[in-house]
Amino acid sequence: MIPEFGHYALILAFCIACIQGVLPLLGAHQGRREWLVLARPAAQTVFCLLAIAFAILAWSFYINDFSVLYVAEHSNSQLPIMYRLGAVWGGHEGSLLLWIFLLSTWTILVAQLSKALDEFMVARVIGVLGLVTCGLLLFVLTTSNPFARLLPAAQDGRSLNPLLQDPGLVFHPPMLYMGYVGFSVAFAFAIASLLSGRLDAAWARWSRPWTTAAWVFLTLGIALGSWWAYYELGWGGWWFWDPVENASFIPWLVGTALLHSLAVTEKRGGFKSWTVLLAITAFSLSLLGTFLVRSGVLTSVHAFATDPRRGIFILIFLALVVGSSLALYAWRAPKSTMGGKFSLSSRETLILLGNVFLVVSAGSVLLGTLYPLLIDALHLGKISVGPPYFNSVFVPIMIPLLVLMGIGPWANWKNTDLVIVIKRLWLAGLVAVAAGIAIPLLMGQFTWLAGVGFLLAFWVIASGCLQVIRQARVGKPTRSFIGMQLAHLGIAVFVIGITMVGAYQEEKDVRMSASDTVTVGGYEIQLQSVAAALGPNYKAMRGTFLLIKNGKTEATMYPEKRSYFSSTMPMTEAAIDAGLTRDIYVSLGEELDDKSWAVRVYYKPFVDWIWGGCLLMALGGVLAISDKRYRIKLKKQIS
Amino acid sequence: MKPRHKRALLIIAALAVIGVAALLILNALNSNIALYVTPSEVAAGKAPDGQTFRIGGMVKDGSLKRDGLTVHFVITDMAKDISVSYTGILPDLFKEGKGAVIQGRLNPNGEFVASEVLAKHDENYMPPEAKHALEQAQKNGSNK
Repeated sequence: MIPEFGHYALILAFCIACIQGVLPLLGAHQGRREWLVLARPAAQTVFCLLAIAFAILAWSFYINDFSVLYVAEHSNSQLPIMYRLGAVWGGHEGSLLLWIFLLSTWTILVAQLSKALDEFMVARVIGVLGLVTCGLLLFVLTTSNPFARLLPAAQDGRSLNPLLQDPGLVFHPPMLYMGYVGFSVAFAFAIASLLSGRLDAAWARWSRPWTTAAWVFLTLGIALGSWWAYYELGWGGWWFWDPVENASFIPWLVGTALLHSLAVTEKRGGFKSWTVLLAITAFSLSLLGTFLVRSGVLTSVHAFATDPRRGIFILIFLALVVGSSLALYAWRAPKSTMGGKFSLSSRETLILLGNVFLVVSAGSVLLGTLYPLLIDALHLGKISVGPPYFNSVFVPIMIPLLVLMGIGPWANWKNTDLVIVIKRLWLAGLVAVAAGIAIPLLMGQFTWLAGVGFLLAFWVIASGCLQVIRQARVGKPTRSFIGMQLAHLGIAVFVIGITMVGAYQEEKDVRMSASDTVTVGGYEIQLQSVAAALGPNYKAMRGTFLLIKNGKTEATMYPEKRSYFSSTMPMTEAAIDAGLTRDIYVSLGEELDDKSWAVRVYYKPFVDWIWGGCLLMALGGVLAISDKRYRIKLKKQIS
Repeated sequence: MKPRHKRALLIIAALAVIGVAALLILNALNSNIALYVTPSEVAAGKAPDGQTFRIGGMVKDGSLKRDGLTVHFVITDMAKDISVSYTGILPDLFKEGKGAVIQGRLNPNGEFVASEVLAKHDENYMPPEAKHALEQAQKNGSNK
């Protein structure tokens, strides 16, 4: 009976979302206040109903209600409680419900925190979000109902894919979705301002913190996914240019461009059309990402059971959203594109150039991701586009972008004397060149790629340090400023991480029997034994390895080869000895004939800096959102 | 400089960036695309010469042989068999009788030397490329 309540709540939510989507927009158009005021209560009701539906699904997992098809397919009674709850979004239906629930959460946040905003604007924003909610709810109700029954009920569930039984899974999808879905707020603001014709600095100031918040979540979500792939998939890589990874990375790139473009619109009133276009693009790409991941046209970890109807539905929805918003854009976008006047050597120009690089890089990734699908759809054969494509296109585009990152913050708005900027930056240039030469030599081997990587990273860091020093002389820095510095520092830290791993990691596949040793990165790794072990819902072969440096044992490592009771699929659980300057990564392959094992060993210098950098970027975003000027504005307008 | 010139210069700069990117993309696409080929096509000599490509199909039952870290197995679309060798650790889901996609190139003896073995992440999951190969072979078989 309870799951039916969940289904009923979804249907009711759909009906009310229709009201939320239609009446406020019409009311704003025709100036009917009685329709406008419906926006907030409707959004609140939708949120409550979705929360109920979501809670009911979680409850069904909690009590192991295997008469619900989705529960039976993704959980089983032996699954630890934490993963049972994580399994709520471990499959297609549940993850879509999560998507919509988060969309509704963003809507309610906008509704609550925008009290100071003009009533018409709020109604339009909530209305646009309502329409999106409506479309997705229709999708869930017609093609992917999470509450569908399985009668007679299954004895026990099929369990969650063992790869997904991991704390990383519990947090990765919600984070990522918060980011994806968060761009819907920037999108709604853009559409609302196109509808009202009021594309001004106030609009940019309102959408900026929301966009930053979405960007922070997306950054964290992608980083978590990458980290999870690193330690859980047993492949030891941190990024594979897998189509699904790209699907989240493309909106990130465009979202980053949007953040910077919004800054120009807020401060200088420029780039309005461009900013609006980026907001529409970022959200459309988020939808495209959902389509790619959920429709099953791609083959990856994330492709669940496939159903062509779903793909077609999302594709139509996507076409509707993109088509109607671009049509609106073509019709209403402001004609003067450049806004306030600025010279060629100004912060505006540099930001614009940075934007071009970001968008072009996003385009190149998108092309590489869609190209195989396109070729297949045209019956020209089946192909795959591998990581070398992405590396050889993406990296060269990022090099000038990082150079720009060191210069941009020094330039003034409107007009700046480049000679002065260069005079201030010579020291940073010197530091960068020195680092680019010295660090690879210290690491024992100079390669051009490593040299360029360190040069760029230290260019950004040194330029940032000089900026902080200058700012400290002038006065107390704003949180926005610190946020920007942290985020840029995060990029530099990230670049150091990928350069170190790319140039100096060591990988060995070896065959080992007890007391054999293998040497990587100056460490000796000795196999002690491999023995059977038992977990809560799996049995495993557990290896015991000693990590030895200079004759001293630093750690004992236990990689496992697990087989879960509820599935026949074996699972490699790598053992990682993590450190600030290096990770040692050991994973068990398969047992070979004579009690020896195939073992994969990695030495990964500075690999944790990759995720550390992402964390810094996210932290920078959080600081930027907490900047005083957003709050002061609020108080002023309330009183 | 007049505003018009300024704008033209900005547009030229943007176009230059896009142009360079397009060059990079075309260049990279040219050298980094791997074609999917079915075992029957390889047997018919249709595999790209001296280039990396991918084969999808089933790992033939009883064909897996180990030689230290090197493994030999046969990949089949039920019509034609191709023998494959690979050195390294196979993914968890690589099994006889299951679908797999492998990337590599043919050596002069007609053996496929794999540089990468891809098996997907769900035991019930069949890579579409492997399925495609089986279906193709079946279709050709019934036509004859």
